[in-house]
Amino acid sequence: MTTADTRHLPDAAVVRRPARVRLLWLLLTLLALAAVAVLSVAVGSRTVAWADVWSALGGADGTLEQAAVTKRIPRTLLAVVIGAALGLAGGVMQGVTRNPLADPGILGVNMGASLAVVTGVAFFGLTSPTGYVWVAMAGAALSAVFVYTVGSLGRGGATPLKLALAGAATSAAFASLVTAVVLPRNDISGSFRLWQIGGVGGASYERIGHVLPFLGVGLVICLLSARALNSLALGDEVAAGLGERVALVRATAAVGAVVLCGAATAAAGPIGFVGLVVPHACRLMAGVDHRWLLPFSAVTGAVLLTAADVVGRIVARPSEVDVGIVTALIGAPFFIYTVRRQKVRAL
Amino acid sequence: MPRPSVLQEVTRGRVRNASRRRLIALVLAVLVIVAFAVTLMAGQTFYPPRDVIGVVLGEQVPGASFTVGRLRLPRAVLAVTAGFSFGMAGVTFQTMLRNPLASPDVIGISAGASAAAAIAIVTLSLDETQVSVLAIVAALVVALLVYTLAFRDGVVGTRLILIGIGISAMLDSITSYVLSRAAEWDLQEATRWLTGSLNGVSWDQAVPALAALVVLAPVLLTQGRNLSALRLGDDTASALGVRVERTRITLILAAVGLIAFATAAAGPIAFVAFLSGPIAARLVGAGGSLLVPAGLVGALLVLVADFTGQFAFDTRYPVGVVTGVLGAPYLVYLIVRTHRAGGSI
Amino acid sequence: MTTSHTLTAEALTLGYGDRVVVDSLDLTVPPGKVTVIVGANACGKSTLLRSMSRLLAPREGRVLLDGRRVHRMPAKELARTLGLLPQSPIAPEGITVLDLVGRGRHPHQGVLTRWSEKDDAAVASALEATQTAELADRTVDELSGGQRQRVWIAMALAQQTDLLLLDEPTTFLDASHQIEVLDLLTDLNRTRGTTVVMVLHDLNLAARYADHLIAIAAGSIHAAGSPAEVLTEGTVETVFGLRSRIIEDPVSGRPLMLPIGRHHVRAETAPAAVEVRG
Repeated sequence: MTTADTRHLPDAAVVRRPARVRLLWLLLTLLALAAVAVLSVAVGSRTVAWADVWSALGGADGTLEQAAVTKRIPRTLLAVVIGAALGLAGGVMQGVTRNPLADPGILGVNMGASLAVVTGVAFFGLTSPTGYVWVAMAGAALSAVFVYTVGSLGRGGATPLKLALAGAATSAAFASLVTAVVLPRNDISGSFRLWQIGGVGGASYERIGHVLPFLGVGLVICLLSARALNSLALGDEVAAGLGERVALVRATAAVGAVVLCGAATAAAGPIGFVGLVVPHACRLMAGVDHRWLLPFSAVTGAVLLTAADVVGRIVARPSEVDVGIVTALIGAPFFIYTVRRQKVRAL
Repeated sequence: MPRPSVLQEVTRGRVRNASRRRLIALVLAVLVIVAFAVTLMAGQTFYPPRDVIGVVLGEQVPGASFTVGRLRLPRAVLAVTAGFSFGMAGVTFQTMLRNPLASPDVIGISAGASAAAAIAIVTLSLDETQVSVLAIVAALVVALLVYTLAFRDGVVGTRLILIGIGISAMLDSITSYVLSRAAEWDLQEATRWLTGSLNGVSWDQAVPALAALVVLAPVLLTQGRNLSALRLGDDTASALGVRVERTRITLILAAVGLIAFATAAAGPIAFVAFLSGPIAARLVGAGGSLLVPAGLVGALLVLVADFTGQFAFDTRYPVGVVTGVLGAPYLVYLIVRTHRAGGSI
Repeated sequence: MTTSHTLTAEALTLGYGDRVVVDSLDLTVPPGKVTVIVGANACGKSTLLRSMSRLLAPREGRVLLDGRRVHRMPAKELARTLGLLPQSPIAPEGITVLDLVGRGRHPHQGVLTRWSEKDDAAVASALEATQTAELADRTVDELSGGQRQRVWIAMALAQQTDLLLLDEPTTFLDASHQIEVLDLLTDLNRTRGTTVVMVLHDLNLAARYADHLIAIAAGSIHAAGSPAEVLTEGTVETVFGLRSRIIEDPVSGRPLMLPIGRHHVRAETAPAAVEVRG
């Protein structure tokens, strides 16, 4: 009687990937990340010579070009960190809801975090960045619960379709609320755009520093949930039969995702579609085992967001396109492609 | 052939339901008329009914002619037109796709029209007619795109809705981008294209929308019975003699047209399309056609929301923000009601 | 009173995508009788029924109703002669029995037609025939499986068609409700002369209730005729891949199929040829 490997991981490509192949892919992805990071520092809305890049990296910021590069370093860092957070959160959400279309943007979680921060700033005079993060996490948690509840109403429970609809409707409602809160307030309407669609411009080491501990905690929680998510993928009853405490696992993983989303949104505004695209791409490289899938998602998410930011800075020179817009324009077609590929019953 | 008692009961039941529906529609219509009149009369200055009627009849009434005739009347007319259009179009989509959450403002049609309108006005500085044309072209293109992408061995409602959500997200981001690039960043103006607004509306905007309503509403109304049959599922509807694909296309084209023209004039007034159908269904019951009740509910919603947005608070909120804010409590209400009744969405 | 209509399929080929499900099939539905179609899962029986009621267009071949191509007839005209109850009909939330049965009048009403006495009479008669008159004001959601199925049949009846096609009308029903529905359909056939064509998954119920039985295997007709002619051990083996013994059903006198598996088989039950008194 086989014991350990009675866990047949579900459908999709059940190709047995030797650890060697996965490590190779991981290495490649890390290299890609390094390359994109360098690109992000070297390239932008202002053309800069390589010499200036090196000297700026060395600490010089005398000339305009060097200053531009110096500003790009924290920006790149932020993109990497946020991208990793969102990619990882997406992977966890897809595992927790068993929904291939789950994503913090689609499910309205990011918008909820946004709304919470805006409310805090407008009505409670919130100013500390750490405060932003706590409030954002609370908003993310509440909207996750809200959307899940609305999506579970009626026959069939929380199908991907109903969750997506609930998320879209909730997102729209929250976006309206953000507008309602910000509109009369001339003092904060300048940052209005940031809370409607995310961007990594205006990044600073300080901001990253505030958010990093929270992201770290979220990362740990999510990675620790990986094994349990594998069982959860088999269905609640089967998972319980294998000895998992389903409700606890779900709640823990969800908390991890919420922490990541809240912190990411507090730092950069609501950025969608990263959490959707990344896990799907990673499944092709790493398979369905969450112990590999989640770390991959983090790294790939970093690559994607940084690359999206670079694109946003190049495409509309000399001005920029916010990264939230770029991810939507790239991610939505991918979302549509995924929907078309799925068998209807699976939705 | 049937027993007289059964026949009697059937006839009586049908007549009872029909008269109840008619009564409720009548009450709604009266409410709309009252709200319409109130928005004409009340405001920063109050004009008595005599003056208002005078203006409507074309007389020259000092003071009222401008305020009521040029400012309030086109605004109120567009409010009713847009509300009616969104309500009818919304319930059409929700019925066709058999899901109350699947309304055109969620699945991308409104987003397409408003993105086009934003581009037309902010970037290209076109005039009103051109804006309307661009909006309707965009809305139709989006509808066609969503339909085509969802087509694989026939269209399935689930796939259509999800693809619509994806396209809506893309279009919303385009709209955001266009607005952020605008020469003068005016938040109030921006919100017109993000959530809908009736501020500063003139006859140039109201008339095309009204014309569209007058032309397209009858198209929807004639398909009313077919629409009801579609609720039973494509197979059953086909078995009852409905030409499913043809009916669907006609309904989609008419509904999209209504949305495009209304959005080109007033922006994508959030949630009117989403809420009108379910509210009408609660009032009228599940039996008959919801098209007219949903239209009336939509008109009422927009009138009341716009009036509230203008005068109930210190800041002037555009109508879209007021209706948008209603969306979240409605979802909560849905949760509460469904849990209590143990029913389905 | 019903007039008899002939429904036939000629050289009918059907498929989805690049899969061919029904291959060049010829079929005649005997008018005024109860015809049952049986076959293994995915053999094409549901696809065949859907095509005969025009839900699916044929790749090749045609379906003819009284010599006219079904797929060329105006939809409402066809719906007045041929009714279909699909496999999983959807009842809108909150709809009452009376409203749902009333929908059956759709093919008789145009855009501007008002409800007439004829419509009411058809609805009332349908309610009576299915014994659902007491349920008229209740919502369909709150009914039991058997009651709901009767209500759907009432809707199909209100259409007043001479032919009624049903796709697995007894799946998901418990035993007593299955018999209830099948007896009702037999009543309709005997009293009104309605031609009934249904797909059933239960061989024994099919044998009991069918006047004409058709067995489909791999997209073509393996056998067609009276239940006694069709339900033989050979047919069961070919169509279902199942060894069996056929005896006479002591309740109805029709053939009864007893499956032979690997366990719980008495030694003396050799799968030898046994005569069936037909």
